[in-house]
Amino acid sequence: MNAYWQCFSGIVLREWLRFVLQRTRFLSALVRPLLWLLVFAAGFRAALGIAIIEPYDTYIPYEVYIIPGLACMILLFNGMQGSLSMVYDREMGSMRVLLTSPLPRTFLLCSKLLATSLISLLQVYAFLAIAWVYGVQPPAMGLLIALPALLLVALMLSALGLLLSNAIRQLENFAGVMNFVIFPLFFLSSALYPLWKMREANEWLYWLCAVNPFTHAVELVRFALYERFNPLALAVCGGLTVMFTLLAVLTFNPQHAALRKAG
Amino acid sequence: MNALEVSDLSFAYGPREALRHLNFSLEPGRFAALLGPNGAGKSTLIALLTRLYDLQHGDIRVGGNSLRQAPRPALKQLGVVFQQSTLDLDLSVEQNLRYHAALHGLSRRQTGIRVDAELTRQALTERRHERVRELNGGHRRRVEIARALLHEPRLLLLDEASAGLDPASRLALNQHIRNLCREHHISVLWATHLLDEVQAGDDLLILHLGRLVASGQASELSLEYGADLGSVFTRLTTLATTGVAR
Repeated sequence: MNAYWQCFSGIVLREWLRFVLQRTRFLSALVRPLLWLLVFAAGFRAALGIAIIEPYDTYIPYEVYIIPGLACMILLFNGMQGSLSMVYDREMGSMRVLLTSPLPRTFLLCSKLLATSLISLLQVYAFLAIAWVYGVQPPAMGLLIALPALLLVALMLSALGLLLSNAIRQLENFAGVMNFVIFPLFFLSSALYPLWKMREANEWLYWLCAVNPFTHAVELVRFALYERFNPLALAVCGGLTVMFTLLAVLTFNPQHAALRKAG
Repeated sequence: MNALEVSDLSFAYGPREALRHLNFSLEPGRFAALLGPNGAGKSTLIALLTRLYDLQHGDIRVGGNSLRQAPRPALKQLGVVFQQSTLDLDLSVEQNLRYHAALHGLSRRQTGIRVDAELTRQALTERRHERVRELNGGHRRRVEIARALLHEPRLLLLDEASAGLDPASRLALNQHIRNLCREHHISVLWATHLLDEVQAGDDLLILHLGRLVASGQASELSLEYGADLGSVFTRLTTLATTGVAR
């Protein structure tokens, strides 16, 4: 058991060191949601009125509405980027070193997913801190309650990223991931607009948003930030995290990539 | 007990066979050179030895432990230096070593002792806090060797470890590994395509088109074929290999 703990803490420490040493990566991950918050939301608030919806008790400005979506956006980008790099690295580089560990591959991959998710949380909380200064201030207890929700979402998205990267060779570049995964997941969700607004516009789009796992991720975080519990979002995110992780670990095999190239 | 035993090992990328019925073993404390031109199957063999690829046919035993049936004890006895550097350039020498020790489940105390010992052995103690990015190619290789030996493996596997080094560093590295092999009784499998890295007393494995076309002590192979190693290698790797040459 001790060997497993040593291994896991070593993987987390490495991710932490890389995070600390690569400050530009950290800053660039913050720029994206901050642009949305400071520019997009400011311009959009006039165009979009938000009715009183759960979990909010009153009318809210648009900036307040999009904070959970932007927090999840950080996790979405990090999850996809991290998983993609795991696939790039699997035949050479750091993943090769990871896989020579005598510990089970399933444990190594799960540790890696968890470690990158934990580091992503630091970025999310840095973003929430800036948003707090900007004036978007969820309850302090909500920030604490949101922690496990954000971790679950981070794991779900990282596992989804790894699964997609394993399964779809065409996604071996980030542009492909942006166009075919990140943008559809993000825009077809409740991150930027409440679902009832979408329903007013188009019933089909509404249903696409309603079944999108990212919608449930955003709602889980939104409710947690305001000290509310969303059982449906938790069930969907929890179930999908388990399913994506299992499938990602089962399909993670560098040999498959080599065989695909040969075939 | 042999440090490495490869039995009836075959591997195919779909319809294309990369390795065909390989059989060889490596005794403890021996230096073996795995020689083969590009496309001979060396990389595939290394990928199988390091568990990057799953075994399709046959078995590999490291220190008597089957990679198929007992991968954990087998991998514990294996140290690897890959062809392309796998060090984290932004981390220090010591941080890289500590990460590897963690992957092998070494305790903090064990890690401290082993890191000190390997840094001393590789004459890197004064560079332990330097970022790997600041080291030259020869020193980076030494860090990788220190890392590969950190968990005290019985078998050290080096995949074209001298690639990219200047001739003097290449020679020094080769000599360094031979010293480790001799003084610490570590078995070494040195994959290369450079004949000048092979010495007369080495065990030699020549791989060509996925087959082991020759194996034995380098000097004995020269005697058997009545030619120097270069000529033996050229003859064996230019012949159409319809079967194992010896």
